[in-house]
Amino acid sequence: MRKNEFVQGLKDGLPICLGYFSVSVAFGMTTVLAGMPLWAAVLISLTNLTSAGQFAGANLMLAGGNMMELGLTTLVINIRYFLMSLSVSQKVERKMSMKERLAVSFGITDEIFAVSMQHKGELSTPYMAGLIITPILGWTGGTLAGGAATSVMPEALSSALGIALYGMFIAVIVPPAREERSVLFTVILAILASLAFTYLPGLRNLGSGWSIIIITIAVSAVAAWLFPRKPEEVEGTE
Amino acid sequence: MSTKYILISIAVMAVVTYLIRMLPMAIFRKKITNVRIQSFLYYVPYAVLAAMTFPAIFSSTGSRNSAIAGCITAVLLAYFKKGLLTVAVGAAAAVFVVQMIGL
Repeated sequence: MRKNEFVQGLKDGLPICLGYFSVSVAFGMTTVLAGMPLWAAVLISLTNLTSAGQFAGANLMLAGGNMMELGLTTLVINIRYFLMSLSVSQKVERKMSMKERLAVSFGITDEIFAVSMQHKGELSTPYMAGLIITPILGWTGGTLAGGAATSVMPEALSSALGIALYGMFIAVIVPPAREERSVLFTVILAILASLAFTYLPGLRNLGSGWSIIIITIAVSAVAAWLFPRKPEEVEGTE
Repeated sequence: MSTKYILISIAVMAVVTYLIRMLPMAIFRKKITNVRIQSFLYYVPYAVLAAMTFPAIFSSTGSRNSAIAGCITAVLLAYFKKGLLTVAVGAAAAVFVVQMIGL
């Protein structure tokens, strides 16, 4: 029975693994091309297991950001996992031990959260272990494959791939912005603020990590104030 | 980048990320019901990704024109709900073509 739950978790996790592999290939390529050692890119993927959080972190590292900027940027971008982890904590089996809780929480990503919320009934440790293990392998393996591939790539191609990371960000923000006016508002306001922080005298002297934090908090707060979401909309989004 | 800087940076990112995920599982049992906080958290990923992308995307390639072509391609592909990889590769392909033409 417990073994079956592990196998079920593996089955549910495999599509996430494949999706992660393709995205992390791009992460590996772009960060290594930008000057990150391959081992560092792989270590980031293995220990962080995030998308936007580690993309921003790697960008900041490449720009020579300090630890305060790095820690705060990571905190602000990844704080949404707090809410997801909170939801998962209500759905896990009562008998799950503290050690198991500590281990399972490492694997809470947007996609794993979404799948575990769709799972019928309580979440057992074997199910969560099966669900999490292949996405970790896919995310780390894709980074390795993408980073390693850059060494055999001609200059014209690697220069063109510099845009890939931003392409992925656009792929994340445009579809919901098309569906929901509130998200469109959030995106446009964030872009305007980012332009201001890039070009306006005074504002542009701030480190990029700080301006991202300020923009994110201010814009999200304005959006939440103008467009509060109905409680049923918040469940299962992301 | 020194090895020491890399290792400390990665440790900072990993520890912060893990604490965010671990603390609710270890401590909290109650659900957040505040709509404002829930809404704020919902908008965070879009605000942060939009701010990181613009205007940085326009200096991400060899030339301004190729970056503009790549950006437009990405927005169009994303508008028609293509997957992450398709959008990323499509944008890079547009940049590659424009650079080959020599604009």
